[in-house]
Amino acid sequence: MSKNSNDITMDIQNLQAKIGDKEILKGLNLKLEPGKVHAIMGPNGAGKSTLSKTLVGHYDVELTGGDIIYKGKNINEMEAEERALEGIFLSFQHPVEIPGVNNAYFLRTALNAKLKHQGKEELNAAEFLRAMKSHLADLGMKSDMISRSLNEGFSGGEKKRNEILQMLILEPEVIILDEIDSGLDIDALRAVSEGINKMKDGKRSFLVITHYSRILDYIEPDYIHVLKDGRIIKTAGPELVSELEENGYDSIEED
Amino acid sequence: MANEGLDKAVSGEYALGFEIDIETETVPPGLDESTIAFISKKKEEPEWMLELRLKALKKWETMTEPHWGKLDYEPIDYQSISYFSAPKEGIDSLDEVDPKILEAYEKLGISLDEQKQLAGVKVAVDAVVDSVSVKTTYSEELAQHGVIFCSISEAIRDYPELVKKYMFSVVPMADNYFAALNSAVFTDGTFVYIPKGVRCPMELSTYFRINATNTGQFERTLIIADEGSHVSYNEGCSAPTRDDHQLHAAVVELVILKDAEIKYSTIQNWYPGDETGKGGIYNFVTKRAICEGDNSKVSWTQVETGSAITWKYPSCILKGDNSVGEFYSVAVTTLAQQADTGTKMIHIGKNTSSTIISKGISAMKGQNTYRGLVKIGSSAVGARNYSECDSLLIGSECGAHTFPYLESKDTQGQVEHEATTSKISDEQLFYLRQRGINEEDAVSMIVHGFCKQVFSQLPMEYAVEAKALLELTLEGSVG
Repeated sequence: MSKNSNDITMDIQNLQAKIGDKEILKGLNLKLEPGKVHAIMGPNGAGKSTLSKTLVGHYDVELTGGDIIYKGKNINEMEAEERALEGIFLSFQHPVEIPGVNNAYFLRTALNAKLKHQGKEELNAAEFLRAMKSHLADLGMKSDMISRSLNEGFSGGEKKRNEILQMLILEPEVIILDEIDSGLDIDALRAVSEGINKMKDGKRSFLVITHYSRILDYIEPDYIHVLKDGRIIKTAGPELVSELEENGYDSIEED
Repeated sequence: MANEGLDKAVSGEYALGFEIDIETETVPPGLDESTIAFISKKKEEPEWMLELRLKALKKWETMTEPHWGKLDYEPIDYQSISYFSAPKEGIDSLDEVDPKILEAYEKLGISLDEQKQLAGVKVAVDAVVDSVSVKTTYSEELAQHGVIFCSISEAIRDYPELVKKYMFSVVPMADNYFAALNSAVFTDGTFVYIPKGVRCPMELSTYFRINATNTGQFERTLIIADEGSHVSYNEGCSAPTRDDHQLHAAVVELVILKDAEIKYSTIQNWYPGDETGKGGIYNFVTKRAICEGDNSKVSWTQVETGSAITWKYPSCILKGDNSVGEFYSVAVTTLAQQADTGTKMIHIGKNTSSTIISKGISAMKGQNTYRGLVKIGSSAVGARNYSECDSLLIGSECGAHTFPYLESKDTQGQVEHEATTSKISDEQLFYLRQRGINEEDAVSMIVHGFCKQVFSQLPMEYAVEAKALLELTLEGSVG
């Protein structure tokens, strides 16, 4: 994977991070390429979720070393909302419930914040609803999702679909999917995957963090990275999935 | 990091702290019979009113200030307060309001010029500055429907039979210390009478403005909804930014007869003082409604963002069978504000029902207490109550307290109580920020979501105002 820097959307160099007193990422290197799907696989506690949190500037994480270079700029110190506005999106493993906040209102506020940031004209309520409704239909979501409170009382599948809905509307450039497949039945998995595949445009980068290979049948990865003990120990093509399935992570030898 | 963020966004600027530069006539501080006589004379009251006032004063003098509220404040020196202050012009002629007052009301977003209001959004206003009502709009148009909408001083002069019959009938003269004080010294306020079967054709409102220094405001409001009538009434208030505490002790009485309904909304935005507790209004208010007739209904909605101290329990006496009482409240305490507020639902009639939705928001050093009583008497067969008291904490120095009391003599009554206390969680804030929404907008989004059930009860224009006010109040207290 030796590419020159123009071909890299996000270059993660020697990343070290702590949560509380615990050192979790211990010199992680990863380059996300435009238009590619990168899958991160690894055992429990390897640091998969910490990686996604670190990239979006989560308050739990203390960055202790290394650099995150996004579109040629170091974003180590960048605020979470700024990273979002610049196009980094995280689909949360456990989306939080916010009572009383109308789902459509929330989404329109987020979209308009982004449009404003890009110097574009904001959408009015009618224009926004039209866009939202077409995505809802594609994702097999009921139209009451417009008026329900953000994630409140949503089933696991509804929450994940709602994350994908946000992704479709916000059109980010780097899409981090943290265990998007957990808790999904087969229909939801298919709908979510279709949503993700629709975002593939040859430019966007995807970072798919997963425990199981199941989702990778639907979203074809370009690279498989094995994350173990806070570092990427192996990078290979999609053929690695079946090897991992058969022999587990212990058999993987470091590159 | 997020906590730091939180502690920076809730100490909003008080936007209405300006002073109206007008000449006033203010009585020297102190309270005795001569003060009462002075007020009564100023108001050109009949003898019977003066006698009632003096009787109230005598009772008040035998009472002691209550201290059961979870409130900590400097002692009030009742002899150092001035009990009457009025703008010099405009007292005698309602048509000649000092332009400075009109201007001040414009600044508060309230037009006292009937011509300037658009058709369709007509709101009749009674404008009270310190101790007097300076103007009441649309009185004539309302009179065509038989609706009486005037200052309480006028009502005492012009409708003595109604006043004699209903004043003190809901809140007895010596109901409590502050009510007794008000009964003796009340200066102005609003009187409303809606005749049988009339649906009041427009929103009615009163806007109270404290302007003079060192003056207490003691207004008294009386609203009577006769059989089968309906009225929606709103009150707002504000005061200049001052270093001294000022006392506000109001009484509101609502009488609802058979099949009638009163919807009473309050946006309370008295000056809250600063973050050290300097200045701000001491707000001790007695509000009570009686659903006298069968199938009557009363609904209290309050958004309390102001005052240094708030002591207030808008209550419902559900006497008529099938009568309904509702209490929807958002109380915000930030800076060093303290609020002890809630409601009383007294079920007497059969199949009476009540709903209590209370939302307390505390930020910075604010202390917020919900205190509520649900009482179901032995005659109240089939009574039902639903209570929900939620508290939201922003930051770590503030507090929320809940004291729900229940007295039930009817074993068949249905009473449900739910209470939650939550903090704006870092995870909620982060979620919104990850979608590109900045921290302040994220906080206000979460807070609005929290208050939604209450705001949806307000008339549309007031809901917009309440939202904006909440935003302003909490601005700067997170971060």
